[in-house]
Amino acid sequence: MSSAHDGYLVSGLRRLGATALFLFELLAQCLPALARPRLIVSQIYNTGARSLIIIMLSGLFVGMVLGLQGYDLLQRFGSADVLGSAAALGLLRELGPVITALLFAGRAGTALTSEIGLMRATDQLTAMQIMAVDPLRYVAAPRFLGGVIAVPLLTAIFGIIGLFGAQLIGVQLMGIDAGVFWSQTQDSVRLRDVSEGVVKSLVFGCACSLVAVFEGYNSEPTAAGVGLATTRTVVASSVLILLLDYVLTAAFL
Amino acid sequence: MTHPAPCSAPAADAAGDAVVDVRDVHYGIGERAIFSGLSLTVRRGRITAIMGPSGTGKTTLLRLITAQVAPGRGSLRVFGEDLERLDSRQVYRLRQRMGMLFQNGALLTDLDVFENVAFPVREHTDLPEPLIEKLVLTKLQAVGLRGAAGLMPAELSGGMARRVALARAIVMDPEVLIYDEPFVGLDPISLGVILRLIKQMNQALGITSIVVSHDVQELSSIADDSYLLSGGQVAATGAPAELRASSEAAVRQFMTGSPEGPVAFHYPAPDYLTQLLASA
Repeated sequence: MSSAHDGYLVSGLRRLGATALFLFELLAQCLPALARPRLIVSQIYNTGARSLIIIMLSGLFVGMVLGLQGYDLLQRFGSADVLGSAAALGLLRELGPVITALLFAGRAGTALTSEIGLMRATDQLTAMQIMAVDPLRYVAAPRFLGGVIAVPLLTAIFGIIGLFGAQLIGVQLMGIDAGVFWSQTQDSVRLRDVSEGVVKSLVFGCACSLVAVFEGYNSEPTAAGVGLATTRTVVASSVLILLLDYVLTAAFL
Repeated sequence: MTHPAPCSAPAADAAGDAVVDVRDVHYGIGERAIFSGLSLTVRRGRITAIMGPSGTGKTTLLRLITAQVAPGRGSLRVFGEDLERLDSRQVYRLRQRMGMLFQNGALLTDLDVFENVAFPVREHTDLPEPLIEKLVLTKLQAVGLRGAAGLMPAELSGGMARRVALARAIVMDPEVLIYDEPFVGLDPISLGVILRLIKQMNQALGITSIVVSHDVQELSSIADDSYLLSGGQVAATGAPAELRASSEAAVRQFMTGSPEGPVAFHYPAPDYLTQLLASA
Protein backbone atom coordinates (compact mmCIF):
# COMPACT_ATOMS: atom_id res chain seq x y z
CA MET A 1 0.00 0.00 0.00
CA SER A 2 1.37 3.42 -0.87
CA SER A 3 2.15 6.10 1.70
CA ALA A 4 -0.68 8.27 0.35
CA HIS A 5 -3.14 5.44 1.06
CA ASP A 6 -1.55 5.02 4.50
CA GLY A 7 -2.12 8.72 5.15
CA TYR A 8 -5.79 8.49 4.19
CA LEU A 9 -6.21 5.35 6.28
CA VAL A 10 -4.58 6.85 9.37
CA SER A 11 -6.47 10.13 9.07
CA GLY A 12 -9.73 8.22 8.50
CA LEU A 13 -9.12 6.05 11.57
CA ARG A 14 -8.18 9.10 13.61
CA ARG A 15 -11.41 10.82 12.58
CA LEU A 16 -13.40 7.70 13.42
CA GLY A 17 -11.78 7.57 16.86
CA ALA A 18 -12.42 11.28 17.42
CA THR A 19 -16.09 10.80 16.46
CA ALA A 20 -16.42 7.87 18.88
CA LEU A 21 -14.88 9.91 21.71
CA PHE A 22 -17.13 12.84 20.84
CA LEU A 23 -20.15 10.50 20.96
CA PHE A 24 -19.24 9.34 24.47
CA GLU A 25 -18.82 12.92 25.67
CA LEU A 26 -22.07 13.89 23.98
CA LEU A 27 -24.01 11.00 25.53
CA ALA A 28 -22.68 11.98 28.95
CA GLN A 29 -24.18 15.45 28.42
CA CYS A 30 -27.52 14.19 27.08
CA LEU A 31 -28.94 13.39 30.52
CA PRO A 32 -28.29 16.90 31.93
CA ALA A 33 -29.59 18.32 28.64
CA LEU A 34 -32.88 16.46 29.13
CA ALA A 35 -33.47 18.65 32.16
CA ARG A 36 -33.97 21.55 29.73
CA PRO A 37 -36.78 20.35 27.50
CA ARG A 38 -37.27 23.88 26.13
CA LEU A 39 -33.93 23.70 24.29
CA ILE A 40 -34.72 20.25 22.86
CA VAL A 41 -38.23 21.25 21.76
CA SER A 42 -36.76 24.30 20.04
CA GLN A 43 -34.33 22.04 18.15
CA ILE A 44 -37.10 19.60 17.19
CA TYR A 45 -38.87 22.61 15.71
CA ASN A 46 -35.71 23.81 13.91
CA THR A 47 -34.68 20.46 12.48
CA GLY A 48 -38.02 18.67 12.31
CA ALA A 49 -40.86 21.11 11.78
CA ARG A 50 -38.84 23.18 9.32
CA SER A 51 -38.11 20.05 7.27
CA LEU A 52 -41.80 19.11 7.03
CA ILE A 53 -42.53 20.65 3.62
CA ILE A 54 -39.62 18.95 1.87
CA ILE A 55 -40.39 15.64 3.60
CA MET A 56 -44.09 15.74 2.70
CA LEU A 57 -43.46 16.76 -0.90
CA SER A 58 -40.80 14.10 -1.34
CA GLY A 59 -43.00 11.49 0.34
CA LEU A 60 -45.87 12.28 -2.00
CA PHE A 61 -43.76 11.99 -5.15
CA VAL A 62 -41.89 8.89 -4.00
CA GLY A 63 -45.25 7.26 -3.20
CA MET A 64 -46.64 8.23 -6.61
CA VAL A 65 -43.59 6.85 -8.42
CA LEU A 66 -43.86 3.69 -6.33
CA GLY A 67 -47.53 3.46 -7.38
CA LEU A 68 -46.71 3.86 -11.07
CA GLN A 69 -43.73 1.51 -11.14
CA GLY A 70 -45.39 -0.99 -8.83
CA TYR A 71 -48.61 -1.08 -10.82
CA ASP A 72 -46.73 -1.53 -14.12
CA LEU A 73 -44.58 -4.32 -12.70
CA LEU A 74 -47.30 -6.15 -10.79
CA GLN A 75 -49.74 -6.00 -13.71
CA ARG A 76 -47.29 -8.04 -15.82
CA PHE A 77 -47.80 -10.88 -13.34
CA GLY A 78 -51.50 -10.21 -12.93
CA SER A 79 -51.01 -9.12 -9.31
CA ALA A 80 -51.87 -5.43 -9.46
CA ASP A 81 -54.13 -5.90 -6.43
CA VAL A 82 -51.15 -6.31 -4.12
CA LEU A 83 -49.91 -2.80 -4.93
CA GLY A 84 -51.00 -1.65 -1.47
CA SER A 85 -48.83 -4.30 0.21
CA ALA A 86 -45.81 -3.56 -1.98
CA ALA A 87 -46.04 0.19 -1.43
CA ALA A 88 -46.63 -0.09 2.31
CA LEU A 89 -43.79 -2.55 2.90
CA GLY A 90 -41.40 -0.68 0.63
CA LEU A 91 -42.12 2.63 2.32
CA LEU A 92 -42.19 1.29 5.85
CA ARG A 93 -39.09 -0.88 5.74
CA GLU A 94 -36.83 0.84 3.25
CA LEU A 95 -37.73 3.98 1.35
CA GLY A 96 -39.25 5.88 4.27
CA PRO A 97 -36.31 5.66 6.69
CA VAL A 98 -33.59 5.97 4.02
CA ILE A 99 -34.98 8.86 1.98
CA THR A 100 -36.12 10.75 5.07
CA ALA A 101 -32.65 10.43 6.61
CA LEU A 102 -30.96 11.52 3.35
CA LEU A 103 -33.27 14.54 3.11
CA PHE A 104 -32.74 15.31 6.80
CA ALA A 105 -28.95 15.22 6.31
CA GLY A 106 -29.22 17.62 3.37
CA ARG A 107 -31.72 20.02 4.93
CA ALA A 108 -31.26 19.96 8.71
CA GLY A 109 -27.81 18.34 9.06
CA THR A 110 -26.12 21.02 6.99
CA ALA A 111 -27.98 23.75 8.90
CA LEU A 112 -26.80 22.27 12.21
CA THR A 113 -23.19 22.01 11.04
CA SER A 114 -23.01 25.53 9.67
CA GLU A 115 -24.77 26.98 12.72
CA ILE A 116 -22.40 25.33 15.20
CA GLY A 117 -19.41 26.03 12.92
CA LEU A 118 -20.28 29.73 12.83
CA MET A 119 -20.70 29.74 16.59
CA ARG A 120 -17.17 28.35 16.78
CA ALA A 121 -15.85 30.91 14.27
CA THR A 122 -17.41 33.84 16.15
CA ASP A 123 -16.09 32.70 19.55
CA GLN A 124 -19.57 31.94 20.91
CA LEU A 125 -18.52 28.45 22.03
CA THR A 126 -15.36 29.82 23.66
CA ALA A 127 -17.43 32.54 25.37
CA MET A 128 -19.65 29.81 26.84
CA GLN A 129 -16.61 27.95 28.12
CA ILE A 130 -15.30 31.13 29.73
CA MET A 131 -18.73 31.61 31.32
CA ALA A 132 -18.27 28.11 32.77
CA VAL A 133 -21.02 26.68 30.56
CA ASP A 134 -20.16 23.49 28.68
CA PRO A 135 -21.10 24.03 25.01
CA LEU A 136 -21.46 20.28 24.62
CA ARG A 137 -24.35 20.40 27.09
CA TYR A 138 -25.89 23.68 25.97
CA VAL A 139 -25.31 23.57 22.19
CA ALA A 140 -24.42 20.06 21.01
CA ALA A 141 -26.59 17.77 23.17
CA PRO A 142 -29.96 19.52 22.56
CA ARG A 143 -29.30 19.57 18.80
CA PHE A 144 -28.31 15.91 18.81
CA LEU A 145 -31.39 14.90 20.82
CA GLY A 146 -33.62 17.11 18.67
CA GLY A 147 -32.39 15.29 15.54
CA VAL A 148 -32.76 11.84 17.14
CA ILE A 149 -36.39 12.62 18.01
CA ALA A 150 -37.22 14.43 14.76
CA VAL A 151 -36.07 11.79 12.24
CA PRO A 152 -38.46 8.98 13.35
CA LEU A 153 -41.35 11.46 13.40
CA LEU A 154 -40.46 12.72 9.92
CA THR A 155 -40.12 9.12 8.73
CA ALA A 156 -43.65 8.33 9.95
CA ILE A 157 -45.01 11.37 8.11
CA PHE A 158 -43.04 10.46 4.98
CA GLY A 159 -44.50 6.91 5.08
CA ILE A 160 -48.09 8.09 5.52
CA ILE A 161 -47.88 10.67 2.72
CA GLY A 162 -46.04 8.17 0.51
CA LEU A 163 -48.77 5.58 0.98
CA PHE A 164 -51.33 8.25 0.15
CA GLY A 165 -49.36 8.99 -3.05
CA ALA A 166 -49.29 5.32 -4.03
CA GLN A 167 -53.03 5.10 -3.35
CA LEU A 168 -53.58 8.19 -5.47
CA ILE A 169 -51.99 6.47 -8.46
CA GLY A 170 -53.15 2.89 -7.83
CA VAL A 171 -56.74 3.58 -6.81
CA GLN A 172 -57.64 6.97 -8.28
CA LEU A 173 -55.66 6.73 -11.54
CA MET A 174 -55.26 3.03 -12.33
CA GLY A 175 -58.56 1.91 -10.92
CA ILE A 176 -57.55 -0.62 -8.28
CA ASP A 177 -60.39 -1.13 -5.83
CA ALA A 178 -59.89 1.02 -2.74
CA GLY A 179 -61.08 -1.73 -0.40
CA VAL A 180 -58.65 -4.21 -1.92
CA PHE A 181 -55.78 -1.71 -1.74
CA TRP A 182 -56.28 -0.93 1.95
CA SER A 183 -57.10 -4.49 3.05
CA GLN A 184 -53.96 -5.79 1.29
CA THR A 185 -51.97 -3.09 3.05
CA GLN A 186 -53.49 -3.95 6.43
CA ASP A 187 -52.99 -7.71 6.01
CA SER A 188 -49.38 -7.62 4.87
CA VAL A 189 -47.91 -5.18 7.39
CA ARG A 190 -46.72 -6.93 10.56
CA LEU A 191 -45.33 -5.52 13.76
CA ARG A 192 -41.87 -6.67 12.68
CA ASP A 193 -42.07 -4.46 9.56
CA VAL A 194 -43.05 -1.47 11.65
CA SER A 195 -40.26 -2.07 14.16
CA GLU A 196 -37.73 -2.39 11.31
CA GLY A 197 -38.72 1.04 10.09
CA VAL A 198 -38.68 2.52 13.58
CA VAL A 199 -35.25 1.04 14.44
CA LYS A 200 -33.80 2.20 11.12
CA SER A 201 -35.13 5.73 11.51
CA LEU A 202 -33.80 5.93 15.08
CA VAL A 203 -30.35 4.70 14.05
CA PHE A 204 -30.27 7.03 11.02
CA GLY A 205 -31.40 9.90 13.23
CA CYS A 206 -28.54 9.22 15.64
CA ALA A 207 -26.01 8.90 12.81
CA CYS A 208 -27.11 12.05 10.93
CA SER A 209 -27.30 14.18 14.07
CA LEU A 210 -23.98 12.92 15.39
CA VAL A 211 -22.18 13.64 12.10
CA ALA A 212 -23.77 17.10 11.80
CA VAL A 213 -22.98 18.14 15.37
CA PHE A 214 -19.46 16.63 15.31
CA GLU A 215 -18.51 18.31 12.04
CA GLY A 216 -19.83 21.69 13.19
CA TYR A 217 -18.22 21.45 16.61
CA ASN A 218 -14.84 20.52 15.17
CA SER A 219 -14.84 22.74 12.10
CA GLU A 220 -12.02 25.16 11.39
CA PRO A 221 -13.11 28.63 12.59
CA THR A 222 -12.96 30.12 9.09
CA ALA A 223 -15.44 30.57 6.23
CA ALA A 224 -13.70 27.82 4.24
CA GLY A 225 -13.60 25.58 7.31
CA VAL A 226 -17.34 25.87 7.92
CA GLY A 227 -18.02 25.24 4.21
CA LEU A 228 -15.84 22.14 4.25
CA ALA A 229 -17.51 20.85 7.41
CA THR A 230 -20.95 21.31 5.82
CA THR A 231 -19.89 19.34 2.75
CA ARG A 232 -18.44 16.62 4.96
CA THR A 233 -21.74 16.37 6.81
CA VAL A 234 -23.68 15.62 3.63
CA VAL A 235 -21.13 13.15 2.28
CA ALA A 236 -20.47 11.30 5.55
CA SER A 237 -24.16 11.17 6.52
CA SER A 238 -25.23 9.85 3.12
CA VAL A 239 -22.60 7.11 3.03
CA LEU A 240 -23.27 6.21 6.66
CA ILE A 241 -27.03 5.97 6.09
CA LEU A 242 -26.62 3.60 3.13
CA LEU A 243 -24.02 1.52 4.96
CA LEU A 244 -26.13 1.26 8.10
CA ASP A 245 -29.18 0.48 5.98
CA TYR A 246 -27.45 -2.58 4.55
CA VAL A 247 -26.34 -3.74 8.00
CA LEU A 248 -29.79 -3.27 9.54
CA THR A 249 -31.61 -4.85 6.60
CA ALA A 250 -29.33 -7.90 6.86
CA ALA A 251 -29.95 -8.03 10.60
CA PHE A 252 -33.75 -7.91 10.23
CA LEU A 253 -34.02 -10.51 7.45
CA MET B 1 15.98 40.80 19.35
CA THR B 2 17.33 41.16 22.85
CA HIS B 3 15.19 41.00 25.94
CA PRO B 4 16.16 43.76 28.29
CA ALA B 5 15.70 43.84 32.02
CA PRO B 6 12.35 45.21 33.07
CA CYS B 7 12.00 48.94 33.67
CA SER B 8 10.49 47.97 37.00
CA ALA B 9 8.87 44.89 38.47
CA PRO B 10 5.36 45.75 39.61
CA ALA B 11 4.63 42.38 41.10
CA ALA B 12 7.94 41.19 42.37
CA ASP B 13 7.28 42.64 45.81
CA ALA B 14 3.63 41.75 45.92
CA ALA B 15 3.41 38.03 45.26
CA GLY B 16 0.66 37.65 47.86
CA ASP B 17 -1.41 40.18 45.94
CA ALA B 18 -1.12 38.24 42.71
CA VAL B 19 -4.35 37.20 41.00
CA VAL B 20 -2.52 35.80 37.99
CA ASP B 21 1.05 34.58 38.29
CA VAL B 22 2.83 33.37 35.18
CA ARG B 23 6.28 31.87 35.75
CA ASP B 24 8.72 30.81 33.02
CA VAL B 25 5.95 29.66 30.67
CA HIS B 26 6.88 28.01 27.38
CA TYR B 27 4.20 27.46 24.77
CA GLY B 28 4.24 26.76 21.05
CA ILE B 29 1.89 25.92 18.21
CA GLY B 30 3.42 23.18 16.11
CA GLU B 31 7.06 24.05 15.51
CA ARG B 32 6.51 27.75 16.22
CA ALA B 33 7.37 28.93 19.74
CA ILE B 34 4.96 31.59 20.99
CA PHE B 35 6.38 31.98 24.52
CA SER B 36 9.85 31.01 25.67
CA GLY B 37 10.15 31.78 29.37
CA LEU B 38 7.32 34.26 29.87
CA SER B 39 6.86 35.56 33.42
CA LEU B 40 4.40 38.19 34.61
CA THR B 41 2.09 38.97 37.50
CA VAL B 42 -1.32 40.62 37.61
CA ARG B 43 -2.07 42.27 40.95
CA ARG B 44 -5.45 42.44 42.63
CA GLY B 45 -7.54 45.56 42.06
CA ARG B 46 -5.32 47.00 39.35
CA ILE B 47 -5.63 47.51 35.61
CA THR B 48 -2.82 45.61 33.92
CA ALA B 49 -2.10 46.26 30.27
CA ILE B 50 -0.60 43.54 28.10
CA MET B 51 0.79 45.18 25.00
CA GLY B 52 2.83 44.09 22.05
CA PRO B 53 2.91 44.02 18.27
CA SER B 54 0.52 41.72 16.39
CA GLY B 55 1.50 38.07 16.56
CA THR B 56 3.37 38.27 19.86
CA GLY B 57 0.88 35.97 21.59
CA LYS B 58 -1.28 38.42 23.54
CA THR B 59 -4.50 36.53 22.85
CA THR B 60 -2.67 33.23 23.42
CA LEU B 61 -1.72 34.50 26.87
CA LEU B 62 -5.42 35.05 27.61
CA ARG B 63 -6.15 31.52 26.43
CA LEU B 64 -3.50 30.27 28.86
CA ILE B 65 -4.85 32.34 31.77
CA THR B 66 -8.41 31.11 31.15
CA ALA B 67 -7.16 27.49 30.91
CA GLN B 68 -8.30 27.02 27.33
CA VAL B 69 -4.83 25.72 26.53
CA ALA B 70 -2.08 24.40 28.79
CA PRO B 71 1.52 25.60 28.75
CA GLY B 72 4.20 23.21 27.56
CA ARG B 73 6.44 24.16 30.47
CA GLY B 74 6.36 26.55 33.42
CA SER B 75 3.75 27.37 36.04
CA LEU B 76 0.54 29.32 35.72
CA ARG B 77 -1.41 30.21 38.88
CA VAL B 78 -4.77 31.96 38.89
CA PHE B 79 -6.29 32.93 42.27
CA GLY B 80 -3.42 30.95 43.76
CA GLU B 81 -4.51 27.72 42.00
CA ASP B 82 -2.03 25.91 39.78
CA LEU B 83 -4.00 25.47 36.55
CA GLU B 84 -2.10 22.32 35.67
CA ARG B 85 -3.47 20.54 38.74
CA LEU B 86 -7.13 21.38 38.13
CA ASP B 87 -9.61 18.99 36.53
CA SER B 88 -12.26 20.30 34.14
CA ARG B 89 -14.85 20.73 36.92
CA GLN B 90 -12.42 22.85 38.95
CA VAL B 91 -11.50 24.86 35.86
CA TYR B 92 -15.18 25.65 35.28
CA ARG B 93 -15.51 26.70 38.95
CA LEU B 94 -12.47 28.94 38.58
CA ARG B 95 -13.89 30.52 35.44
CA GLN B 96 -17.00 31.56 37.35
CA ARG B 97 -14.75 34.06 39.12
CA MET B 98 -13.67 35.56 35.78
CA GLY B 99 -15.32 37.56 33.07
CA MET B 100 -14.03 38.04 29.55
CA LEU B 101 -14.78 40.58 26.87
CA PHE B 102 -14.05 39.15 23.43
CA GLN B 103 -12.75 41.17 20.51
CA ASN B 104 -16.02 40.71 18.57
CA GLY B 105 -18.30 40.55 21.63
CA ALA B 106 -19.11 36.85 21.01
CA LEU B 107 -22.77 37.42 21.84
CA LEU B 108 -25.03 34.41 21.38
CA THR B 109 -26.76 35.21 18.11
CA ASP B 110 -29.98 33.34 18.83
CA LEU B 111 -30.66 35.30 22.05
CA ASP B 112 -31.64 38.95 22.40
CA VAL B 113 -29.59 41.44 24.41
CA PHE B 114 -31.50 40.80 27.64
CA GLU B 115 -31.16 37.03 27.36
CA ASN B 116 -27.47 37.31 26.47
CA VAL B 117 -26.81 39.19 29.70
CA ALA B 118 -29.08 36.87 31.68
CA PHE B 119 -27.43 33.75 30.22
CA PRO B 120 -24.72 33.17 32.89
CA VAL B 121 -27.20 33.99 35.67
CA ARG B 122 -29.72 31.44 34.40
CA GLU B 123 -26.96 28.84 33.98
CA HIS B 124 -25.36 29.22 37.39
CA THR B 125 -28.12 30.35 39.76
CA ASP B 126 -31.73 29.58 40.63
CA LEU B 127 -32.68 33.21 41.13
CA PRO B 128 -36.36 34.04 40.61
CA GLU B 129 -37.28 35.72 37.34
CA PRO B 130 -38.05 39.19 38.82
CA LEU B 131 -34.63 39.27 40.45
CA ILE B 132 -32.88 38.20 37.23
CA GLU B 133 -34.74 40.96 35.42
CA LYS B 134 -33.60 43.58 37.93
CA LEU B 135 -30.02 42.31 37.86
CA VAL B 136 -29.83 42.33 34.06
CA LEU B 137 -31.39 45.78 33.77
CA THR B 138 -28.92 47.12 36.35
CA LYS B 139 -25.97 45.83 34.33
CA LEU B 140 -27.43 47.11 31.05
CA GLN B 141 -27.98 50.49 32.69
CA ALA B 142 -24.31 50.51 33.73
CA VAL B 143 -23.24 50.18 30.08
CA GLY B 144 -25.96 52.56 28.88
CA LEU B 145 -27.97 50.00 26.93
CA ARG B 146 -31.04 49.35 29.08
CA GLY B 147 -33.15 50.61 26.18
CA ALA B 148 -31.63 48.02 23.83
CA ALA B 149 -32.67 45.02 25.94
CA GLY B 150 -35.06 43.72 23.28
CA LEU B 151 -32.68 44.02 20.32
CA MET B 152 -30.99 41.04 18.68
CA PRO B 153 -27.16 41.00 18.35
CA ALA B 154 -27.44 41.48 14.57
CA GLU B 155 -29.16 44.84 15.21
CA LEU B 156 -26.28 46.23 17.30
CA SER B 157 -23.29 48.28 16.17
CA GLY B 158 -19.78 47.03 17.01
CA GLY B 159 -19.48 49.35 19.99
CA MET B 160 -22.93 48.42 21.32
CA ALA B 161 -22.19 44.70 20.96
CA ARG B 162 -19.02 45.15 22.99
CA ARG B 163 -20.91 47.03 25.70
CA VAL B 164 -23.54 44.27 25.88
CA ALA B 165 -20.73 41.74 26.12
CA LEU B 166 -19.26 43.82 28.95
CA ALA B 167 -22.62 43.79 30.77
CA ARG B 168 -22.70 40.01 30.34
CA ALA B 169 -19.11 39.72 31.59
CA ILE B 170 -19.88 41.60 34.81
CA VAL B 171 -23.33 40.16 35.52
CA MET B 172 -21.89 37.46 37.82
CA ASP B 173 -19.70 40.03 39.62
CA PRO B 174 -16.35 38.51 38.62
CA GLU B 175 -13.14 39.21 40.50
CA VAL B 176 -11.15 39.50 37.28
CA LEU B 177 -12.22 40.98 33.97
CA ILE B 178 -10.22 40.15 30.87
CA TYR B 179 -10.48 42.39 27.82
CA ASP B 180 -9.23 41.04 24.50
CA GLU B 181 -8.48 43.95 22.14
CA PRO B 182 -11.44 46.02 23.38
CA PHE B 183 -10.68 49.07 21.20
CA VAL B 184 -10.34 47.43 17.78
CA GLY B 185 -12.59 48.91 15.10
CA LEU B 186 -14.39 51.39 17.37
CA ASP B 187 -15.25 54.95 16.47
CA PRO B 188 -13.83 57.62 18.82
CA ILE B 189 -17.07 57.95 20.79
CA SER B 190 -17.47 54.19 21.36
CA LEU B 191 -13.77 53.94 22.17
CA GLY B 192 -14.09 56.66 24.80
CA VAL B 193 -17.15 54.93 26.27
CA ILE B 194 -15.35 51.58 26.54
CA LEU B 195 -12.29 53.24 28.10
CA ARG B 196 -14.46 54.96 30.68
CA LEU B 197 -16.32 51.73 31.43
CA ILE B 198 -13.08 49.78 31.97
CA LYS B 199 -11.92 52.43 34.42
CA GLN B 200 -15.33 52.53 36.13
CA MET B 201 -15.49 48.73 36.53
CA ASN B 202 -12.09 48.85 38.17
CA GLN B 203 -12.70 51.81 40.46
CA ALA B 204 -16.36 51.30 41.40
CA LEU B 205 -16.44 47.52 41.64
CA GLY B 206 -12.79 46.88 42.46
CA ILE B 207 -12.51 44.40 39.59
CA THR B 208 -8.98 43.40 38.64
CA SER B 209 -8.65 44.08 34.93
CA ILE B 210 -6.36 42.59 32.31
CA VAL B 211 -6.46 44.52 29.06
CA VAL B 212 -4.79 43.06 26.01
CA SER B 213 -4.29 45.57 23.24
CA HIS B 214 -1.77 47.28 20.99
CA ASP B 215 -3.41 50.67 21.34
CA VAL B 216 -0.67 52.36 23.35
CA GLN B 217 -2.30 55.77 23.83
CA GLU B 218 -5.63 54.41 25.03
CA LEU B 219 -4.07 51.90 27.40
CA SER B 220 -1.63 54.39 28.85
CA SER B 221 -4.50 56.54 30.06
CA ILE B 222 -6.06 53.83 32.22
CA ALA B 223 -3.43 51.18 33.03
CA ASP B 224 -1.72 50.93 36.42
CA ASP B 225 0.83 48.36 35.24
CA SER B 226 1.98 47.46 31.75
CA TYR B 227 3.79 44.54 30.17
CA LEU B 228 5.23 44.75 26.71
CA LEU B 229 5.59 41.35 25.05
CA SER B 230 8.08 40.68 22.32
CA GLY B 231 9.91 37.60 21.08
CA GLY B 232 8.01 35.25 23.38
CA GLN B 233 9.02 37.07 26.56
CA VAL B 234 8.31 40.23 28.50
CA ALA B 235 10.40 42.94 26.83
CA ALA B 236 9.55 45.60 29.42
CA THR B 237 7.31 46.13 32.41
CA GLY B 238 6.27 49.10 34.51
CA ALA B 239 3.82 51.96 34.54
CA PRO B 240 2.95 53.28 31.06
CA ALA B 241 5.00 56.44 31.73
CA GLU B 242 8.06 54.32 32.52
CA LEU B 243 7.65 52.38 29.29
CA ARG B 244 7.41 55.61 27.32
CA ALA B 245 10.65 56.84 28.93
CA SER B 246 12.48 53.59 28.20
CA SER B 247 15.72 53.83 26.22
CA GLU B 248 15.42 50.26 24.95
CA ALA B 249 15.07 50.28 21.14
CA ALA B 250 12.27 47.70 20.90
CA VAL B 251 10.22 49.44 23.59
CA ARG B 252 10.74 52.87 22.04
CA GLN B 253 9.80 51.57 18.60
CA PHE B 254 6.53 50.12 19.90
CA MET B 255 5.61 53.04 22.12
CA THR B 256 6.26 55.60 19.36
CA GLY B 257 4.89 53.44 16.55
CA SER B 258 8.02 53.89 14.49
CA PRO B 259 8.57 51.69 11.41
CA GLU B 260 12.33 51.79 12.11
CA GLY B 261 13.65 49.54 14.86
CA PRO B 262 14.28 45.95 15.87
CA VAL B 263 10.81 44.85 14.68
CA ALA B 264 11.34 44.79 10.93
CA PHE B 265 8.68 46.06 8.53
CA HIS B 266 9.49 43.38 5.97
CA TYR B 267 8.79 39.72 6.53
CA PRO B 268 12.02 37.71 5.94
CA ALA B 269 12.49 37.32 2.17
CA PRO B 270 15.26 36.77 -0.40
CA ASP B 271 17.00 39.81 -1.84
CA TYR B 272 14.45 42.01 -3.65
CA LEU B 273 16.59 42.87 -6.69
CA THR B 274 17.79 39.31 -7.15
CA GLN B 275 14.22 38.03 -7.02
CA LEU B 276 12.96 40.64 -9.52
CA LEU B 277 15.80 39.96 -11.98
CA ALA B 278 15.36 36.20 -11.64
CA SER B 279 11.66 36.44 -12.52
CA ALA B 280 12.44 38.70 -15.49
